[in-house]
Amino acid sequence: MKIHIKNGRLVDPVNNFDAKADLFIAAGRVAAVGKAPAGFSANRVIDAAGLVVCPGLIDLSARLREPGFEYKATLESEMLAAAAGGVTSLACPPDTDPVLDEPGLVEMLKHRAKTLNLAHVYPIGALTVGLSGEQLTEMAELRDAGCVGFSHADVPLQDSQVLWRALQYAATFDFRVWLRPQDGYLSKDGVAHDGEVATRLGLPGIPAFAETVAIATIIEIMRATGTRVHLCRLSTREGVDMVRTAKSDGLPLSCDVGIHHVHLSEMDLGYFDAHCHLQPPLRSARDRDALRQGLKDGTIDAICSDHTPVDEDSKLLPFAESEAGATGLELLLPLTLKWALETKLPLAQALARITREPARILGLDAGHLSEGHTADICVFDAEHYSTVSAAALKSQGKNTPFLGIELPGKVRYTLLQGQVVYDAGND
Amino acid sequence: MQLKPQVTADTALVGIHTGGVWLAERLHAALGIALPLGVLDISFYRDDFDKTGLHPQIKPTQIPFEVDGRHIVLVDDVLYTGRTVRGAMNELFDYGRPASISLAVLIDRGGRELPVAAQYVGARLEVPQGHMLVLDRDEHGKLRLKLDA
Amino acid sequence: MRNPQLNEKGELQHLLTIEGLPREVLTHILDTATSFVGVTAREVKKVPLLRGKSVFNLFFEASTRTRTTFEIAAKRLSADVINLNIAVSSSTKGETLLDTVDNLSAMHADMFVVRHAQSGAPHLIASHVASHLHVVNAGDGRHAHPTQGLLDLYTIRHFKKDFTRLSVAIVGDVLHSRVARSLIHALTIMGTPDIRVIGPMTLIPSGAEKLGVKVFYDLEQGLRDVDVVVMLRLQNERMRGALLPSAQEFFKYYGLTPEKLALAKPDAIVMHPGPLNRGVEIDSAVADGSHAVILSQVTFGIAVRMAVMSILAGN
Repeated sequence: MKIHIKNGRLVDPVNNFDAKADLFIAAGRVAAVGKAPAGFSANRVIDAAGLVVCPGLIDLSARLREPGFEYKATLESEMLAAAAGGVTSLACPPDTDPVLDEPGLVEMLKHRAKTLNLAHVYPIGALTVGLSGEQLTEMAELRDAGCVGFSHADVPLQDSQVLWRALQYAATFDFRVWLRPQDGYLSKDGVAHDGEVATRLGLPGIPAFAETVAIATIIEIMRATGTRVHLCRLSTREGVDMVRTAKSDGLPLSCDVGIHHVHLSEMDLGYFDAHCHLQPPLRSARDRDALRQGLKDGTIDAICSDHTPVDEDSKLLPFAESEAGATGLELLLPLTLKWALETKLPLAQALARITREPARILGLDAGHLSEGHTADICVFDAEHYSTVSAAALKSQGKNTPFLGIELPGKVRYTLLQGQVVYDAGND
Repeated sequence: MQLKPQVTADTALVGIHTGGVWLAERLHAALGIALPLGVLDISFYRDDFDKTGLHPQIKPTQIPFEVDGRHIVLVDDVLYTGRTVRGAMNELFDYGRPASISLAVLIDRGGRELPVAAQYVGARLEVPQGHMLVLDRDEHGKLRLKLDA
Repeated sequence: MRNPQLNEKGELQHLLTIEGLPREVLTHILDTATSFVGVTAREVKKVPLLRGKSVFNLFFEASTRTRTTFEIAAKRLSADVINLNIAVSSSTKGETLLDTVDNLSAMHADMFVVRHAQSGAPHLIASHVASHLHVVNAGDGRHAHPTQGLLDLYTIRHFKKDFTRLSVAIVGDVLHSRVARSLIHALTIMGTPDIRVIGPMTLIPSGAEKLGVKVFYDLEQGLRDVDVVVMLRLQNERMRGALLPSAQEFFKYYGLTPEKLALAKPDAIVMHPGPLNRGVEIDSAVADGSHAVILSQVTFGIAVRMAVMSILAGN
């Protein structure tokens, strides 16, 4: 299969390329940029006039809900959602049922994903068995089975001695450990940011310092062990400041933010909107602005969707009883574009947060369009606005605070290893 | 005045908000009635509650005398469909069992929808359907009849 | 976003919270309640306003007292009252909240009076039911207890007339109190210039100042020259865990005694939503003393609930 993508605006943040150029794809790889290779004869020509052609998006956190939660979503539905969202690589956290703590489970997931062949799936293994915070998993075995990192998902690791041992053991093999910084005791029973809105609505709060206390613990252990750590879903202004300092101290620390937290704040809870029940909680407008600043100055490396499909019944409950999370794979690009427009950020810099940077954190040679490289590509219309609707979402989870909101950015084609896995024209 | 000869020590006047109360106040003084004046706001007894909802301004009903065994004269400004009088009678009965109820109105404009009749009528007027005739107070506090289309 | 309590004509469709309601709406409810106070004082304490209507008391959290006041109010409006005590715990799987509501709607309910342990449950129900149905929040989690707020407002107006010159102190467990939140909103809307909350830091929610109140951690300072003292009930379960060391220590520092009350204005009134914890938040000498208007609150509560139900049913 040879594909010629012509007349598009090619944006490649790794190669610092942003100009009109044709792309030639053969044998699953980028054959040439600009001029056709000698003797190139395309089986298919995609006219990308007026469209942006960029590396396929890389999502640092997408729950596919398999195994264990097939009533919320299946691998099929969510991989289709990824393709429709222009996402060609995704990392999935270990909070499945059973938890991804055994090589067999990881191999099965990789195999299932491979069969569907709609996106590359990179499992993050559990740091402790069953995420119960006691026994370390066989990290090296899990790595051999395909895990690219280890995490404790959203489950607090209460015992800081276990955390210390886990970071030591991971450092032994130079594994990156992904941690969502939130102190389990301080956040106990909490469902919303401990502030004005939670006070008004009478919702149990999670204080901002539940995050900073956890970051402080992690950073201090990192200083001793030298472990590479990726902090997931930063949510507070103070947290951003701590990461900034730690990075300037030279610690091997990276971090991401969920795309919803870039746009929303506690105010969006409105009258108990369960779609805004997220983990970490939506915090104050000041925190959100600090997250945006952190993204802009590079303190925050990447944006992820933190895709969490939730079935309707689990959202149609009083706020505190509803399940946290929002669907995100198909909104990652539109919401990133919206952020770029609002902050007047050049497109290439915005796209770097969902291509180049996550690739670096995952340790992948991906997120660029160099000649000879795997052709994972997203072709989208940045000017096209459409209204988010449950019907239009491919994900089985229709749970998003952005239902009914008009957003920029429409994916036209997604290519995985040189094959068209999504074509909006067929929708 | 037709009413005067009927007044006894057991006669009580009850005005229906709002115009009826103004008239009742005058009658009460003119007839020299011993029992204090009663006032009714029939908002809680209206039969059109399902259509129009609760009246935005309700005045408290005050019946400062025993209703049992009294001869009660209900006073209203305009008698029309008879529905207000029905509501007023229902409310009165929630206070007790009067010996009799009679009705005094300033204007009878016809158009009855219930078997209600006034014993004492100031005047009879023809008012086209769809018009509102009410007793009103002008800026000097003087009573006047007001006709609204 | 449209206020979920109002219908498309801007009339009150549900009563879910006092927050965000116009002053005119509150005044209308209080004025209407005045007329109902007259009704409840007479021989036949009943008016035919809600004849033929079905009011469902949906109590997902037990409260005999509140349920009874709503039941009396509905019956005095001639409504048919159906009481349902639905014990639920989040661990009990089975019929969901909205399934229950759908079922009862099919029984031709006209009004739901909802009490639920979770903040926001009445909002969820209101957003789900058919448009002819009315939802009255009878207390949800820590969020709101609007009829209690209104009866407190009625009581204050009855004894103090003008809201715009008052100092009101709310004392105790503000953190978990829907009563406090509703009263704070009500007083703010009515223009009360000085609203204070008093309690230990563990029982004052963070950002309380944003609600428009002054926070005091010292009872004696907070009570100085106030016109109204509202004592909150301290739930027994708050005594366990780390919120408070003991009931004795709480009473010593935050319990209302005659000596502490003497710091308020000489004609100050003392209110309490009940049931009282004598010797925990309030001394018997105060609860039974001349400043207490706690029983008036109960009486006014019926009239206020009648007013709310009849206004909603008419919209």
